[in-house]
Amino acid sequence: MRTKWALAAAGWMAAGAMFFPLLWMFLTSFKTEITAVATPPALIFKPTLDNYAAVLERADYAQFAANSVVVALGSTLLALAVAIPAAYSMAFFPTRRTRGVLLWMLSTKMLPAVGVLVPIFLLWRRFGLLDTRIGLVLINSASVLPIVVWMLFSYFREVPREILEACRMDGATPREELFHVLLPLSKPGITATALLSIILCWNEAFWSLNLTTVRAATLTVFTASFSSPEGLFWAKLSAASTLATAPILIFGWISQRQFARGLSFGAVK
Amino acid sequence: MASIELRSVGKRFGSHEVVRRVDLLVEDREFVAFVGPSGSGKSTLLRMIAGLETVSEGEILIDGQSVARVPPAKRGLAMVFQSYAIYPHMTAAENMSFSLRLAGVPKAERDAKVREVARALEMEALLERKPRALSGGQLQRVALGRAMVRQPKAFLLDEPLSNLDAALQAQMRLELVRLHRELKTTMIYVTHDQTEAMTMADRIVVLNEGRVEQAGTPLELYNRPASLFVAGFIGAPKMNFLPAQGAEGRTLGVRPEHVRIGEGGELAGEIVALERLGARTYVHARLTDGTRLVAEAAGDTGVREGDRLAFRILPEGRHWFDGSGRRVT
Ligand SMILES: Nc1ncnc2c1ncn2[C@@H]1O[C@H](COP(=O)(O)OP(=O)(O)OP(=O)(O)O)[C@@H](O)[C@H]1O
Ligand SMILES: [Mg+2]
Repeated sequence: MRTKWALAAAGWMAAGAMFFPLLWMFLTSFKTEITAVATPPALIFKPTLDNYAAVLERADYAQFAANSVVVALGSTLLALAVAIPAAYSMAFFPTRRTRGVLLWMLSTKMLPAVGVLVPIFLLWRRFGLLDTRIGLVLINSASVLPIVVWMLFSYFREVPREILEACRMDGATPREELFHVLLPLSKPGITATALLSIILCWNEAFWSLNLTTVRAATLTVFTASFSSPEGLFWAKLSAASTLATAPILIFGWISQRQFARGLSFGAVK
Repeated sequence: MASIELRSVGKRFGSHEVVRRVDLLVEDREFVAFVGPSGSGKSTLLRMIAGLETVSEGEILIDGQSVARVPPAKRGLAMVFQSYAIYPHMTAAENMSFSLRLAGVPKAERDAKVREVARALEMEALLERKPRALSGGQLQRVALGRAMVRQPKAFLLDEPLSNLDAALQAQMRLELVRLHRELKTTMIYVTHDQTEAMTMADRIVVLNEGRVEQAGTPLELYNRPASLFVAGFIGAPKMNFLPAQGAEGRTLGVRPEHVRIGEGGELAGEIVALERLGARTYVHARLTDGTRLVAEAAGDTGVREGDRLAFRILPEGRHWFDGSGRRVT
């Protein structure tokens, strides 16, 4: 009983610690620049919408948001299109090297992105991909690919092999096997993977900051543009951040049930 | 309808040889059972016939044609898996009609076929249910139905009854035999249960460590086992094995029904246990040299535990095996 209480308390504390900065950002976005930097921090203040007005006036929020949506969805779809066949073959036709390949794919995530910035930049410039949504979709899907493959691989492995064999005996081609049996059976897992990928792509900043300027810039670029080396900008930055994170927060909140289901997706009976 | 021929088929997983030089001809419409202990390669052999496993050596022919390059989907065989392998996201009817759907059969025709098979299996009431809502025995029927709908050239069944309780097993055994008679289709049936094989099959193939120990009708195997292994595997209770006097290294095998009690026999022993089945009694004895012996006696036999008795072995029930375990005729 006591451990249960302790666990609950620890859970609440962890959730609080993660939520507090968001709450603080949200509150700050309604303060004036002066109250925003006040010490001790002001808890009671007269809320103002000035920051939002200023932020929306200075930049075209809708365009950044549209870019974010297109890039996050596009990257996720592309990553899934590549990862599903890859994970399928690794899960059901493994070779001696399959484990090694998986580990290697994951290890590429340990390479800092800056390490390949220059070659990627030069390539993108050469192929006219700089400041394009396509360019960002390509690099983002490549960067989530290892995680997507890894997750799909683990979900596919949960599908009993005999079910796919039965499908083969029933006369299915590999494509039919994939579309009629494997994908429907691992739907919760694929959904969770897609959600995670969307969130990762949405929050991605490094490549959007370096590969885009105006036309294809996403909300992370939008947010960053409100930080400046001098002057008071906390409140406006908070307003911009709130605008940038709100869509994905709402999205996450709506999809949390599918997400939890996918993460706890056990053996298919 | 199909004959299936194996020509010195072998299978290796890495350096582990699982099936060794198996030669076998399964005739059209024959019901053949593969039996053997766990790990003897029964499933592997069946899966090679199905095309789910590659063949390391030799070749497999269906209706005289080599199927080395034919994928499972094109072999025209149906398989029933031990785990049933029912598609969890489809109803029973969808499971059964899936192969027809893939083959492009029109819906009306599919439905008619499914209904016809469901009637034969007495499972019409289950058709709209999802697998989640079905019991083990019902899933078994769906799996059988799914195989039957396709009208395959042959059925491959891998321990299809092992997940059912004893009563259901006995009932399904009879039903499978009836189906085989009605469908007039080749069937290969894998089991580790020799009773199942004995009661159902036209012919039994006994496998041991990936090799065929003996292939023959149930009675051939029972009456003339080719090796100690087959002698010990076929028949329940097991055949008695006695070290032969005089002939060094030889073994004398004798089934319980060929041992008579208390008739001036050549063996003497003490009764250690009695197994009364009503119609007959199995008498377990320990002979003077320590060997165990089981004898079949009448149901109302008067003997009791601890009795010291003589046992006689009927001449027609003697099986001789040499030092390497082969039968000596
Ligand atoms: N994919 C595989 N990789 C490596 N070894 C395997 C593989 N499949 C089977 N084996 C081995 O092959 C041998 C025979 O297996 P198989 O499944 O054919 O036996 P079985 O006679 O069907 O046994 P059971 O009655 O337990 O089902 C076993 O030793 C098993 O460990
Ligand atoms: Mg097996």
